[in-house]
Amino acid sequence: MGATAEAHLHDDHEVHHHKETFVTKYIFSQDHKMIAKQYLITGVLVMGIIGIFMSLMIRMQIAWPEQPNVLFETFLGKWAPGGVMDADIYLALVTIHGTLMVFFVLTAGLSGTFSNLLIPLQIGARDMASGFLNMISYWLFFISCVVMIASFFVEMGPAAAGWTIYPPLSALEMAQPGSGLGMTLWLVSMAIFIASSLLGSLNYIVTVINLRTKGMSMTRLPLTIWAFFVTAVIGVISFPVLLSAALLLIMDRSFGTSFFLSDIFIQGEVLHYQGGSPVLFEHLFWFLGHPEVYIVLLPALGITSEIIATNSRKPIFGYRAMVASILAIAFLSTIVWGHHMFISGMNPFLGSVFTFTTLLIAIPSAVKAFNYITTLWKGNLQMNPAMLFSIGLVSTFITGGLTGIILGDSALDINVHDTYFVVAHFHLVMGISALYGVFAGIYHWFPRMYGRMMNKNLGYLHFWVTAICAYGVFFPMHFIGMAGLPRRYYTNSNFPLFDDTTNTQAVITMFAIIGGTIQLVFLYNFIHSVFYGKKAEQNPWRSNTLEWTAPVEHIHGNWPGALPTVYRWSYDYSKPGHDEDFVPQNVPLKEGEEELQH
Amino acid sequence: MTTLLIFVIVLFVAIALWQMVKIFDLAQVGGPSSQVADDKDNRINGYLMIGFLIFIYAITILSFYYLGDLPLIGNSASEHGPGIDNLMVISMVVIFIVQIVTQFLLHYFAFKYKGEKGRKALFYADNNTLEAIWTIIPVIVLAGLIIYGLFTWNDIMNVTAATDDEDPMVIELYAQQFNWKARYSGEDNVLGQANVRLIDLDRANILGLDEADPYAQDDVIVTELHLPKGRPILFKMRSQDVLHSAYMPHFRAQMNCVPGMVTQFAFTPMVTTAEMRQNPDMQDKVKNINEIRLENKEDIEARGQDLVYEFDYLLLCNKICGKSHYNMQMKIIVEEQEEFDAWMAEQTKFAASLN
Repeated sequence: MGATAEAHLHDDHEVHHHKETFVTKYIFSQDHKMIAKQYLITGVLVMGIIGIFMSLMIRMQIAWPEQPNVLFETFLGKWAPGGVMDADIYLALVTIHGTLMVFFVLTAGLSGTFSNLLIPLQIGARDMASGFLNMISYWLFFISCVVMIASFFVEMGPAAAGWTIYPPLSALEMAQPGSGLGMTLWLVSMAIFIASSLLGSLNYIVTVINLRTKGMSMTRLPLTIWAFFVTAVIGVISFPVLLSAALLLIMDRSFGTSFFLSDIFIQGEVLHYQGGSPVLFEHLFWFLGHPEVYIVLLPALGITSEIIATNSRKPIFGYRAMVASILAIAFLSTIVWGHHMFISGMNPFLGSVFTFTTLLIAIPSAVKAFNYITTLWKGNLQMNPAMLFSIGLVSTFITGGLTGIILGDSALDINVHDTYFVVAHFHLVMGISALYGVFAGIYHWFPRMYGRMMNKNLGYLHFWVTAICAYGVFFPMHFIGMAGLPRRYYTNSNFPLFDDTTNTQAVITMFAIIGGTIQLVFLYNFIHSVFYGKKAEQNPWRSNTLEWTAPVEHIHGNWPGALPTVYRWSYDYSKPGHDEDFVPQNVPLKEGEEELQH
Repeated sequence: MTTLLIFVIVLFVAIALWQMVKIFDLAQVGGPSSQVADDKDNRINGYLMIGFLIFIYAITILSFYYLGDLPLIGNSASEHGPGIDNLMVISMVVIFIVQIVTQFLLHYFAFKYKGEKGRKALFYADNNTLEAIWTIIPVIVLAGLIIYGLFTWNDIMNVTAATDDEDPMVIELYAQQFNWKARYSGEDNVLGQANVRLIDLDRANILGLDEADPYAQDDVIVTELHLPKGRPILFKMRSQDVLHSAYMPHFRAQMNCVPGMVTQFAFTPMVTTAEMRQNPDMQDKVKNINEIRLENKEDIEARGQDLVYEFDYLLLCNKICGKSHYNMQMKIIVEEQEEFDAWMAEQTKFAASLN
């Protein structure tokens, strides 16, 4: 850290201190650093463990269908009589696993943790624009978590119509048990969740626009902040559409309207609905659903940009191209939703349009991947766990992204739509990649959050086992999908046609169990390090960004004296003419030193 | 009691794991470990990066070796199928070239430039030529794929153009939780009007046909789909309750069935069931499946299924539709025109089927 920040310690600027009680400090905190930790623990750790555990139960059922399993008996109780999983609860697990991972872990957990922690610290602000709204945002999220989990304890079980909750399945109680109270709770939970997400996103946007410290122009922003900022914008644009879809669905379910329903005969009777269309719901859902993929992915890419540059000891390659590709991805993400609906019955001409826009999005994605690779070139790579996860992210982003070229092509989608090919594709490109982003972020900013270091050797163990298992699970899965095996089948034993996939399914499940279990090492490392980790230095990774100029212990207002002033972009690593291989943003330009114009 | 026991076991396993990790942790303590990667970590992980690259290549090769015969990218049974399969193969080749090259660069650079104390990285922030190159190359490749893809898509989906001059046979696919029915339009080749509001289970009017519609009288409703070889088929799809998806993987055909609207898909079956059973690739596949089934003999017999599998085309439901989604299927039989005509002659017409 520079001498400037040191000098600021002795400035006579008053930093106002609140009187803090346990409640205001740890529970109803308005401090962005504490809220970030709350999101981390609720969103990533608790919901993440539940979500991953569900996926393991799903995998065990697929590999060994209709076999008694002691885990099912223990955790599913009446839904697994004799330890044999019931078909309804299988669909419920699939549904809630998807909902938890996409929304609760990788949207709220990821953005909630790192946007909250890093936006004020990296732009040089005392806190979020509105600490109060930030607190409300977290507690709404907390309530939505409780409601979602509570749906497992209602008589007929939780929502089971898939995370996309397409009506009429999700709208009609007689279509499946999960569409009763379970679905109501799902919709209520998501409505609260969206409110939380919107409050959070608005806060991030306002903070980035208004509270940047002196000298922190938009072109000097770290790419993390660019990614968080654009993510928040996409969220504000698309989440309200899902909210409207949810509200209309509630109307159809409870008040007899026919927005999404028409001409239905079920269980021996004709229902009164007329004139609605489920395809309309699909449009509304995917208008959020596709941008959602980038809401999940962009923050992870932002985190990766920062970590790869820092640990390569090199500037991120092509800063302007990176910003441009984030903006291009954000724009395109709002006009590609139809590629989820090629065979929904919409006009095939629309299919052509969406094929075109969808394949366009591969271009900025390719630019990003090549820029990461070039950043590594001739670097001096510091293989910290965070760096490994970032490189892993680029690897899975490429592998998963490439199969998007097949799925985005409407003609090819006909035959692989809704098969395991899709499952493999999106788990790699958004699931695993974003999860790697979360892990990279935690390893990298743990010292910033808890003032201690995580154990690097456990980090290495965690990374390598996870990386091998991720490929072990999802790579062979593409082939099962191309064999025509549909997803969301409780068992494939009624299709001898697919018997030649059963051994592969078992291998995949083995990898999944190992990969899931190794996360316990991470959990141990995390909890142990919070209390007993080695005390962190102020700037352990020798990074340029402003969060490392603030003192290790958390204080209200982040910096004890005046806010730091920014003189350069955040990627002056190994710049010729400097002794150290990093130059923090608050170090003034030397005599005659040129700033890279960006 | 068992539950308690399981919890205790889980707890013990967790504690054991915790302790093992702790030992592992303590064993690492030798000297002032800073938890920031040092040269030794960089070296080890750099080599592991190369190991991982080999692993990625190995899993790719192994997958192709062991699972390469699973994908449906050959032996399609419909006229448009080879078009999709060609596009698939071309896309796959492009993808694998990009995958192999980029993964190599990523992991090789991670190995080659692993950090050493005292070395300084190259300060290299920008190069517009490079950015232009890797923008334009994907643009060209994708443009090719998009154009090829759109032509293929239009050929398949432009039902009216394909059907005007070829006189397709019109068949309705009717979905409900959890089975399929097919309705043939009869000699007039026009489906009778239908709506679920007209369903009358007492009169066995199960698909809700308009009994007064003259076109409906000769319609034929069956639970096994027979298709004549070489004749274009225009499928009209309906659903009576929730979304379903009519997925016929061997014909490279899929379309959702949506309550409240009629969706459509057309294709021409080109290979009869009997011919497909004689296909050497298919015979290998069936032989392999039957070997696997023999290994799991007890399970299969316990389920009351036939042990020996014989190939048949299938129509599967491919949109989550409720509890028995996993078993919503219909057998498809493709046969020569004469066989089809003979089969059709045995079926009961709608007018005669009412109670």
